[in-house]
Amino acid sequence: MKLFTFKGGVHPSENKVQTENEAIQTFDAPKMVHVALLQHIGAPLNALVKPGDRVLKGQKIADSEAFMSAPVHSSVSGVVKKIEFLPFPLSGKVNTIIIENDGEEELAELTTIKDWKSAPKEDLLAMIREKGIVGVGGACFPTHIKLNPPKDVTIDTLVMNGAECEPYLNADNRLMLEDPKSIIEGIKIIMHILGVKNAKIGIENNKPEAIASMIKASEGDNGIEVCPLKTQYPQGGEKQLIKAILDREVPSGKLPSAVGVVVQNTATAALVYEGIVKGMPLIEKVVTISGKAIKKPMNLKVRIGTMFRDMLDYAGVEREDVDKLVMGGPMMGMAQHSEDVPVVKGTSGLLALTTAETNPCKAKNCILCGKCIGACPMGLEPLMYAKLAKFNQWEEMGKYKLMDCISCGSCSYICPANRPLTEAINIGKAKLRAMPRK
Amino acid sequence: MAKLLKMGPSPHVRTSETVEKVMYDVIIALLPALLMAVYVFGIQALTTTLIAVGTCMATEGIMQKIMGKDIDIKDGSAIITGILFAFVVPVTMAYWIVIVGSVISILLGKMLFGGLGHNIFNPALVGRAFVQASWPVAITTFVLDGQAGPTMLDAMKRGLDGTLVAAGNPYVNALLGKMGGTIGETSAIALLLGGAYLIYKGQVNWKVPAIIIGTVGIGAFLFGGDPIMHMLSGGLFLGAFFMATDMVTSPYTEKGQMIFAFGIGALVTLIRFKGGYPEGMAYSILIMNGVVPLINKYTKPKMFGGVAK
Repeated sequence: MKLFTFKGGVHPSENKVQTENEAIQTFDAPKMVHVALLQHIGAPLNALVKPGDRVLKGQKIADSEAFMSAPVHSSVSGVVKKIEFLPFPLSGKVNTIIIENDGEEELAELTTIKDWKSAPKEDLLAMIREKGIVGVGGACFPTHIKLNPPKDVTIDTLVMNGAECEPYLNADNRLMLEDPKSIIEGIKIIMHILGVKNAKIGIENNKPEAIASMIKASEGDNGIEVCPLKTQYPQGGEKQLIKAILDREVPSGKLPSAVGVVVQNTATAALVYEGIVKGMPLIEKVVTISGKAIKKPMNLKVRIGTMFRDMLDYAGVEREDVDKLVMGGPMMGMAQHSEDVPVVKGTSGLLALTTAETNPCKAKNCILCGKCIGACPMGLEPLMYAKLAKFNQWEEMGKYKLMDCISCGSCSYICPANRPLTEAINIGKAKLRAMPRK
Repeated sequence: MAKLLKMGPSPHVRTSETVEKVMYDVIIALLPALLMAVYVFGIQALTTTLIAVGTCMATEGIMQKIMGKDIDIKDGSAIITGILFAFVVPVTMAYWIVIVGSVISILLGKMLFGGLGHNIFNPALVGRAFVQASWPVAITTFVLDGQAGPTMLDAMKRGLDGTLVAAGNPYVNALLGKMGGTIGETSAIALLLGGAYLIYKGQVNWKVPAIIIGTVGIGAFLFGGDPIMHMLSGGLFLGAFFMATDMVTSPYTEKGQMIFAFGIGALVTLIRFKGGYPEGMAYSILIMNGVVPLINKYTKPKMFGGVAK
């Protein structure tokens, strides 16, 4: 079988085996859900409810006038207890609506567009926004904006990201195995919105069952093709995926639309189908719970607003052994300082990693081995960033094309001297963004 | 109180590779050549090596103390410098010169630049260059089986018959290392074994030694020399596998490394055929070390999306 890939990258221990055969379990809705009012890239939302209000499952409870936003919905039926400024997993604090679940599971009235094939594009995009759908691959970019590229570009291909190149995670993998039809239906809706004839589904070849499942589900659909990818991190990076499958290079500083492509996550496609045809907003998320400190690694379908602590208790965790608690994958996920933060739309994994996995190690001098250069999928020189950051040479970092860095972490992963490369990169990017544009 | 969770940016996992593992891989790879040296030159090859290693580690430790850095002499880099310095001097070299050379290797070659990773030139070769300038006779006196004689390259340079250097088939002798030369350079087969280990472990790009050795072979052929003998003799294998591949003092992109390797091979050929010395490996590597920043500047990796289509 022909395998698609890109240049560079790393191949960390996959650690998929712990959960790849674990069917998705549904986690009971908790007694209290904490719905954070910032679950997308963009502006925080304003609450549409107040303490004491009764809300229904699927009811919109917060929205914003801002262009870059997507509303959130109640994931249970019950009574709003409080709206508080609370910690959430994307660092810092944000307004959070706390709802007491009454266990009735009473559904709000759900709007649908059953006959999407004859619906105008604008209605479908509005419906996607109304259902609170964002790119659940991790970035949480509002989907209705991504599916509405600038008028001056022509989109010819939809690339579906089923790579799931992050180690440990199997949420997308299990969804492709257990519900491929929803994904394919969602892809058809997205193709209709974009007006494209071709869709390519990229899946890493360490998920042969998912590849087979998606091939079977897409049989007879002309234009939808499954492309097996070499297992190599960050194969699921947007630009890497386009290069691998279509051999098109997104120019520096440009978006995929510049080469006629829109990229969507496979799980997002399933949400589009659920939202438009069944009317269900984004209120549930499949989360892989794994890591050496977890007693029973599993894939769990949870309500948005479920606390990490409850999920960890359910899966069983050796708290003394946990070195880092990570939301997302080990390569790009975010370290958590507390278990008392809620699941958000971008939560795809919850990893309790031990020191055997994080492998802490003292930083040494750079030995100029060049491994970071070989690993950088963007063709940059990460070692220079650590050097320049040490002397506050932020503008010089810009000349070394720092803003092209996709923050995949491959350089930090591969560095034998454990240089603080991503640290330097993060600070450098923040400094450059804060600088006045010339 | 509950255990505190560790924060910090992604990635949250890292490779099992460490600087120590890289260094100890090189040390393991140098062992076959050391064994062959003891076999060919006797136990003094081992004592000289141990003295050089001990002196290098002590010098590094003292310098780290003076410079206010963490004492970190067990990372393996000083051990490598010690072994390599011993490998590029003859077995008859007086111990006190070995000690002076080792001190110079670490002091001038490494620590004055700032320590591991900051040096421009290969430390062991800095030590050798110093000794060559100071005691030129001591470093060119080669003894085999109790008899002093010219090296193969020396013999070829002066137009002597190569078979005079040692009894037996000269090619077989060169492969095994049964000929005059410095401690670690003579056995091509032992060096090749160590080099293959480093290539297998991913610490060395095979193209670097291949280009150096190939360039010298082709060069020797063009200048009318014996290509096989030129490839197998002198410090070519030692330098090609263990010094030109030193991460710190060679370019960091593959393209850069290939230019660097070709430069070394070309310089060795020129020195051997047109220069005053019969051998030129050490100086060729040192000269090319100095060119590395320039090579790095012009062999930057190709940036993704850098050229708009």
